[in-house]
Amino acid sequence: MTQALIQIRNLHFSRGQNKIFDGIDMDIHVGRITAIMGPSGTGKTTLLKLIGGQLRPDDGEIIVDGLNVHQLSRSELYKLRKKMGMLFQSGALLTDLNVFENIAYPLREHTNLSESMIRSMVLIKLQAVGLSTAHGLMPAQLSGGMARRVALARALALDPMMIMYDEPFTGQDPISLGVLVKLICETNKALKLTSIVVSHDVEETLSIADDVKIISQGKVVAQGTKKEMENSDSAWVRQFLDGQADGPVPFHYPGDSIEQQLLQDVR
Amino acid sequence: MKGIIHILARLGRGSIFLTKILSGIPQLFLRFSLVVQQLYSVGVKTLFITMVAGLFVGMVLALQLYYTLSTFGATDTLGMLVDLSLVRELGPVVAALLFAGRAGSALTAEIGLMKATEQLSGLEMMAVDPVDRIIAPRFLAGFISMPLLAGIFSAVGILGAYSVGVDLLGVDSGAFWSQIQAKVDFYDDVFNGIIKSIVFGFIVSWIAVFEGYDCIPTSEGVSSATTRTVVNSSLAVLGMDFVLTAIMYQ
Repeated sequence: MTQALIQIRNLHFSRGQNKIFDGIDMDIHVGRITAIMGPSGTGKTTLLKLIGGQLRPDDGEIIVDGLNVHQLSRSELYKLRKKMGMLFQSGALLTDLNVFENIAYPLREHTNLSESMIRSMVLIKLQAVGLSTAHGLMPAQLSGGMARRVALARALALDPMMIMYDEPFTGQDPISLGVLVKLICETNKALKLTSIVVSHDVEETLSIADDVKIISQGKVVAQGTKKEMENSDSAWVRQFLDGQADGPVPFHYPGDSIEQQLLQDVR
Repeated sequence: MKGIIHILARLGRGSIFLTKILSGIPQLFLRFSLVVQQLYSVGVKTLFITMVAGLFVGMVLALQLYYTLSTFGATDTLGMLVDLSLVRELGPVVAALLFAGRAGSALTAEIGLMKATEQLSGLEMMAVDPVDRIIAPRFLAGFISMPLLAGIFSAVGILGAYSVGVDLLGVDSGAFWSQIQAKVDFYDDVFNGIIKSIVFGFIVSWIAVFEGYDCIPTSEGVSSATTRTVVNSSLAVLGMDFVLTAIMYQ
């Protein structure tokens, strides 16, 4: 196993009274695709925001590339973020800029490259995601799958060491989904990246993941390589991977039983 | 009690946000194209409604004042009274109310939607501070636009009053302008009006960008924030107008 690029230790995070993480420990290894899976609302996206320093934990630490994210100054954090790419669920493209300008944006902000060099780099990135001819389109003219591919090209613009994918497969048609799966896998290999894929699309995610972590109820309930997960007989793993309605994650939202609620109404 | 704490908390967040904006403004002079773009969408696009409103306010003012002044045989002072009303009060206040409705609401909705669609988070993850790149240019553009729009409102209003007073009601043209020249003081009247519009521009722009940035990132949240911008800006402008008038003309 390669060394850990990201180390999460004893992570606690709450939103109001709602405890999202209750002492999570996790390592994300260099050069691998790590899938973070779990039911909706377990804090998968929150975890990415904590890794990117957009949120502060209540307790614990996140070390990325040897740096404690939440002890960095603003300029140090921004320096680290230049080495992190993030693909948002919505794509998060700037809607007033066309595809070309969206990808050129981080290059214009953080480099002193000439216009011709920026043009070359943008077209190369677009070619990598199969959209070099779409550089003049506005984000509103793109389909959901195309928008995510453009967002991936933008995330790759500064040649980061790692990329975080937030629900990349949600709402995609089978063709776009296949393209995204292939792109994530190929870019990770070709550019020697470290990828974190947050998703609850089991089949697609497992098809490309090297490591899998399953989060539920504020804890990492299972982790291991893809093979270990597939062969696991843990109730958590089986419920999630096999899509069982009831199990350790209850079908019913916690609270009073239906009988108690009906009686309350009568009273 | 909970409501007071909520208001104080928002006021605190708004003040911290304002210091962040102000600290980002010096960098904008190196990238002034960001501000120029916003001057167009915040200022130029508000020009039409400001000019039309100014024209009609000036015309109505001339009609109202003419009928009142005619009972005293003092219609020659029409120009001076219209001018004083516009540059001291109506220009800055009505232009600010229009600015809050047209540009302030648009600023809040734009920033709120950028938040809801994760564009602001996307910028942060690209190591670009959204306050420096998105908020500060919009704030500065609003701050610069407001006094200019108030000036245009007053100028067009005076022309509207001239067309009604002189061309329609027969007030002497020379008297109209000479009364303005003689009685309107640059410092006491025009300059104080400019100060008011600068203060209103600051307040409306601040409220608009803060409401957008602080909104709940849902369609309902953006809608509420936009409404709050118009309501709070209008109330703040009217309240501040009283305070400034009391200080300036005591």
